[in-house]
Amino acid sequence: MKCKQCGQKAAVELRRHNTALCAPHYLAFFERQVERAIARWRMFSPTDRILVAVSGGKDSLTLWEVLLRLGYRPTGLHIHLGIGPYSDLSLAKTEAFARERDLPLLVVRLEETYGLGVPQLAQALRRVPCSGCGLSKRYIINRVAVEQGFTVVATGHNLDDEAATLLGNLLHWQMDALARQNPVLEATHPRLVKRVKPLFLMTEKETVSYALLRRIDYIPDECPYAEGARSLLYKDALNTIEAESPGAKHHLVAGFLERLHPLLSEGASPALQECERCGYPTTSAVCAFCRMWDQALQRIPVTPAHR
Amino acid sequence: MRVIIRNPRRREVEVQGRRRVGDLLRELGLNPESHVVIRGEDLLTSDEWLQDTDTVEIVSAISGGRG
Repeated sequence: MKCKQCGQKAAVELRRHNTALCAPHYLAFFERQVERAIARWRMFSPTDRILVAVSGGKDSLTLWEVLLRLGYRPTGLHIHLGIGPYSDLSLAKTEAFARERDLPLLVVRLEETYGLGVPQLAQALRRVPCSGCGLSKRYIINRVAVEQGFTVVATGHNLDDEAATLLGNLLHWQMDALARQNPVLEATHPRLVKRVKPLFLMTEKETVSYALLRRIDYIPDECPYAEGARSLLYKDALNTIEAESPGAKHHLVAGFLERLHPLLSEGASPALQECERCGYPTTSAVCAFCRMWDQALQRIPVTPAHR
Repeated sequence: MRVIIRNPRRREVEVQGRRRVGDLLRELGLNPESHVVIRGEDLLTSDEWLQDTDTVEIVSAISGGRG
């Protein structure tokens, strides 16, 4: 297969675009696509202070790399989740990436700051680890962004993530979640920072191809708790469809955002108040994060640094 | 040929005979939409021929939890 732009040997085939590109043209294509998504969805401008949530995986490190190459200079935020060697390696990869490019990096250690790592949190709550982990990450990312004066948070969610989430929300008719599903979530409260997903139109395969061609040293291992996750089942099903019908994932997500989401968004913003415990926005008297950690720390008492 | 699969756990299989990348993925039951095939430092497209003497690596693109 030849590159459609220069005739050299192609490195990446893009069936949904009916094209194939060599390594240099593919890298330029990927960066241009992300740049267009940032502009088209008015995610941020050069005057914004951008915080990138970085796990050490291919998506978040690719996002950080692309933003850097597009002329932005975002700060990274890594949350050490306390999941044994997996978390230690994730932090090491993130730190190495930041060090090699001389980028600012903030690190929050869940266990040091709040008292428990994800495994102990799950044990205390008697719930699957992913629920406490996801809630903690969303809360901490926003809180750090507010406290450090960032105007926007960027995450590495890709097209496969968005399509899988959409499929899950549709299968269970999660109307609230469908109304919130958007590549841009504006700040609706002074202590809520705008959140954006610049990679939301790039597939997971396109993202890993970019990371490999740029020689980004990401953590290849999956989180040990992800095995059997419903999102992986949805991704698998969507890729089976994509293989027969290139562009299906894009049509699903783009069509939803263009046709259905505007209808759902009317009146979708719930009234926010400040949490009695931490002061961050919530729809109830005490926010879900504080309720969860209160419950966990009652069962496993520790003395956290931050609460 | 030697095939190293990271899906994401690492395993290795030996495959006999010359074939195209797309055929190799099909035989191994791996979806071409979610896997990248690498030889040396090169990413390979589905029509690329692989030889018996090659060592290739297949990387899964998929990740994700419930958070």
